[in-house]
Amino acid sequence: MPIIHQTGAQEQRQTDNRAGLSTLLVERLSFSYRDGFQALKEVSLQIAPGEKVALVGPNGAGKSTLMLHLNGLLQGNGVIEIAGLPVVKENLPVIRGKVGMVFQNPDDQLFSPTVFEDVAFGPLHMGLPEAEIRQQVTQALSQVGMGGFEDRLSHHLSLGQKKRVAIATVLSMNPEILALDEPSAGLDPRARWSLINLLRELPLTMLVSSHDMLMVRELFPRIIIMDEGRVAADGETAVLLADAALLETHGLERP
Amino acid sequence: MHVSAFDRYQHQHSRVHRLDPRAKVLMTLFFILSNALLPDGAWAAFLAAWGLALLAGSVAQLPPGYLFKRSFIALPFALAAVTVLFTVPGAAVLTFPLFSRTIAISDAGLARFASIVIRSWLSVQGAIWLTATTQFPDLMHALRHLRVPRLLIAIISFMYRYLFVLADEATRLLRAREARSAAPVSGKSGGSILWRAKVAGGMVGQLFLRSLERSERVYNAMLARGYRGQLLTMNPHVMMKRDWQELGTAVILIALVQVIGRLF
Ligand SMILES: Nc1ncnc2c1ncn2[C@@H]1O[C@H](COP(=O)(O)OP(=O)(O)OP(=O)(O)O)[C@@H](O)[C@H]1O
Ligand SMILES: [Mg+2]
Repeated sequence: MPIIHQTGAQEQRQTDNRAGLSTLLVERLSFSYRDGFQALKEVSLQIAPGEKVALVGPNGAGKSTLMLHLNGLLQGNGVIEIAGLPVVKENLPVIRGKVGMVFQNPDDQLFSPTVFEDVAFGPLHMGLPEAEIRQQVTQALSQVGMGGFEDRLSHHLSLGQKKRVAIATVLSMNPEILALDEPSAGLDPRARWSLINLLRELPLTMLVSSHDMLMVRELFPRIIIMDEGRVAADGETAVLLADAALLETHGLERP
Repeated sequence: MHVSAFDRYQHQHSRVHRLDPRAKVLMTLFFILSNALLPDGAWAAFLAAWGLALLAGSVAQLPPGYLFKRSFIALPFALAAVTVLFTVPGAAVLTFPLFSRTIAISDAGLARFASIVIRSWLSVQGAIWLTATTQFPDLMHALRHLRVPRLLIAIISFMYRYLFVLADEATRLLRAREARSAAPVSGKSGGSILWRAKVAGGMVGQLFLRSLERSERVYNAMLARGYRGQLLTMNPHVMMKRDWQELGTAVILIALVQVIGRLF
């Protein structure tokens, strides 16, 4: 059973938490790629509002595939609900505003010529008025410590800067859930620590896939271990990381 | 690793740089149109148009000779017009034998060829002036304001953004190949030409596949942020009185070039 952590972040999101609703609910989700490979097998999990959860597991476990389901980019068999709203075609526009998805490679995430246009893309396509968009962009960029980079060209940024801007591109949409795919991969130690601090301070529900066990230990009270398309373990970080046999079976290392 | 060979923007604070990008796009368009409309052999007008290009360059505080030097990239394309040398009827100025036949270059042909080369060379200077004084995103906004179809603008924007990524990827591939192309201490290496061609072909294929996969991931990233088939932008640009004035001046100068072309 998932352990529900009560954190300060919750008060402001109480409205979504009627009658103990999860922010994210996945029930018996199965999915096969077009070539017939079954990447997800009856995956079930729940995440409570404000909870920060790490998704770990070996290469090819299905972590990215699961992430892509959270806002309907892939659609498998099973139930997914975001704040009580099922992820089905009619709800996709709303769902995509609620789930801020950051892909592993920031060059995929940053597709506009300037930083401003990229961060403004989400709010603009959600139909916000211009003044509000500008304010959201400024706020999102300063949240990730990239204030003043509005007019810079995306392709001239360093990898660490790109990763920060990539997170800003979804923060500007005011999401309820942040889904990050390997946010610390390829960062130097300093960039990695500032990312860890950034994520620690963001008062959002998070599901973060990572191979970076140090970050997982520092940041996430709860871990979900995936392997071969299944949820292999789900529980408190301290408990799971102490279980050497479990870690070894799933090719994980202790930080 | 940043390939920045495509960035032609020159950071300056001239009045040209501050001009509304629409005005600059229009000026450049008129200039190119005017060059195309000048009759063959209007040498005085060509000279005047070049003077205009020089003036525009110096007002924009571009380094001297900047436009001139960069515009040579247009010359190979102008060679496509080389056949007019032989096909336009006129008095022969030069004859030479070719495969048991005599080929003649006519004076009219020569004049037309020279005019074509000069026209394209002048027009390219105009385009270089535009990209050297206007940031790329502003250029795209200007095109949007000028009612260029959205899809076309989107395609150009993506091309610009991913040109760098692609060039970086190509550099990486080349580097990987180089790192593994060790040569024995004695003698040559690298295999036959055919083998090398195969490697190069494979790399092009790799590049294509990677781009294809990337396009899918980028599209996903756009969907994830609410894209529903319509690209939107905000428009921070407003044409001021000053922009209209300078545009007017440019139009008058270009008209003057046309007049010179017709009179002399
Ligand atoms: N487009 C695709 N077509 C077919 N199979 C795919 C596709 N994408 C992924 N897979 C397969 O699905 C499985 C799960 O892939 P996924 O990318 O979700 O793994 P992951 O847990 O994110 O791994 P990593 O840690 O390497 O990122 C892998 O076996 C992979 O080969
Ligand atoms: Mg992955």
